[in-house]
Parts: sequence; C-alpha cells; structure tokens
Amino acid sequence: MEERETAVRRSGVLRDSVGVGLATAAYGISFGALAVAAGLDVWQTCFLSLVMFTGGSQFALVGVLATGGVAAGGSAIATAALLGIRNVVYGMRMKPIVDRGGVARRVAAAWITIDESTAVALAQTEDRAARTGFWVTGAVIFVGWNLTTLAGALIGDALGDTRAWGLDAAAAAAFLGLLWPRLKRFQAGAVAVAAALVATLTTPVLMPGLPVLVAALVAVGVGWFDLFSRRSAA
Amino acid sequence: MTTWHVILIASAATLALKVGGYLVPAGLLERERPARIADLLTVALLAALIAVQTLGAGQAIVFDARVPALVVAAALYALRVPFLVVVIVAALVAAGIRAFT
Repeated sequence: MEERETAVRRSGVLRDSVGVGLATAAYGISFGALAVAAGLDVWQTCFLSLVMFTGGSQFALVGVLATGGVAAGGSAIATAALLGIRNVVYGMRMKPIVDRGGVARRVAAAWITIDESTAVALAQTEDRAARTGFWVTGAVIFVGWNLTTLAGALIGDALGDTRAWGLDAAAAAAFLGLLWPRLKRFQAGAVAVAAALVATLTTPVLMPGLPVLVAALVAVGVGWFDLFSRRSAA
Repeated sequence: MTTWHVILIASAATLALKVGGYLVPAGLLERERPARIADLLTVALLAALIAVQTLGAGQAIVFDARVPALVVAAALYALRVPFLVVVIVAALVAAGIRAFT
C-alpha cells in the first residue's frame, strides 16, 4: 500500500517536472529572437543560455543592451547580476536536499538552480520527490531552453527589421510575464509601481541602463524597513 | 568593452551567485531582511525593465504601439494565457498598429 502511494507520488512529481520544464523551455524562442534583435550574434545568444542559464538575467542583459548598446555594458552586467541574487537564496534552500556527493554534482546542481527547478522541488512534501523534481525539471529546461534559444536566434536573424515585427513590445510582455506571478502580495505590487515610476522619470536624465539600477533602490528601501507589509492584495 | 566582454563578465557573475548559494552558511537565510530584499529586488528590476522597454526610446519617453501591446499582454496574463502566446500576441498587436498607422 505504502509502496503504491510512493509510486503514485513519484509519477506525479515526474509529470509536474516535465510539464513545467517543457512550458518554460518554450520561452527560449522569445529569448533567442530578442537577443538577436538586441544586436547579439547567434553564438553569443546561445552562450548566454548555456552558461548564464537564468531567464530573468538573460532577458535583462539583452534588454539593457538593446536600449543602450555596449556603452551601457556596465549597467547590463549589474542588472543581470542583481536579478541573479535570488538564485543565491534558492541555492541555500536547495542545498540540504540536493547537495549529496562531490564537487561536480554540486556545480551541476548550482548550474540548474533557477526559479522553476526550485519551485517544483519545494512544492514536494518529501525529500526524495523534491530531489527528483529538482533534477528532472532543471534537466528538461536546460536541454529545451538551449534548443529553443538556438531556434529563436535563427528566427530572429531571419526576421530582419525587428521593430516592424513588434519584437520590442514582445520584450516588455516577456518581462511582464516574469513579473506577474510575483505580484501576489501588496508589498510586491507597491514596489513594482514605484520602481516603474522611478525608471520612467529618470530615463531622460540618466545614461541608458542606469534608470533600472536606480529603480532597484526602491526594493532595498522598502525591503529594509518592511514598508507596505500589512495589507495583502487579496 | 565589447559585447563578448559584457556577456562573459555577466555570465561569470550570475554563475558565481548560483554556486555561492551552495557555499554560504545556511543561517543567513533565516534572517528575514536579506531574504525580503532579494525577493523585492527581482520585482523592482523587472518592473523597471518593463517601464523602460515600453516607454523608452534612447533617453526620450514616448507613447507608441508598445503601450497598447503591453495592456493587451496584461489582460491576457490576468486570464492565465500561457507566456509564449502572450508574447507573440503582444508582438502582433504592436506590429499591426505600426503596419496600419
């Protein structure tokens, strides 16, 4: 009886992992196309998906480069790195569950520590299922994301005038898609509105790339003093 | 700095952060304030990127086809339409407006 329950749970976590993995990997198409639209070549685009492998930072890097070019390189690096800070938190949460074995295994685990692999793992009630969820989700996304990135980059290359195809609007919509699931609490919503305002108001007076970094200070201020935390957005 | 420099430095930084999570002592996470700031940092950066990507044109602020495209995208996310579909529809809205104006 208990064995059957374990088997059911096991197939459940596999289904979740593959489902989340395939759905996430599909975004790679939009990343590939947007990166090429921002001026990266196909190699550079694929390198980002292979090594950086964290969607938010990848979209941010090419987004800042699209508005400011290489002159905004410093801001692009800083924005990508700041967005990568959440992976530190994920790593700390996943370590007790998945870090078993040598250095190679630890690096592999760190490499695929992203929003989705962590979310699927933390949604499981027991450690074994969490481990399976983490590795399967991470592996499916890693393979899928890199294949779809290449496909998207080749499509973007073939499109030519990306503005006529609305790819600049697609980039904004992609960021909104990454932000949307994080807006459940009132505090997060308040930070989002304030940060968007700060970025808009500082755009005419700061070098391209810097408005996004200045807007990040909103998070530091609100987070430090825990402002707007009482009410919930229902 | 070339594009490759930007890519290599940024990739090294994000990968180092990922590995760092497995190396720092676990006690740090128990502290509420760093965890909360890390969480809100993601929200602020994404919101700022949306604003710049939707309204920015170099250092100018302009209202063009991207604004209605973003409004449509928000409505679709609220209706739980999948990411990739929303992104494609947003591109089509902007492209359509530009083609007919």
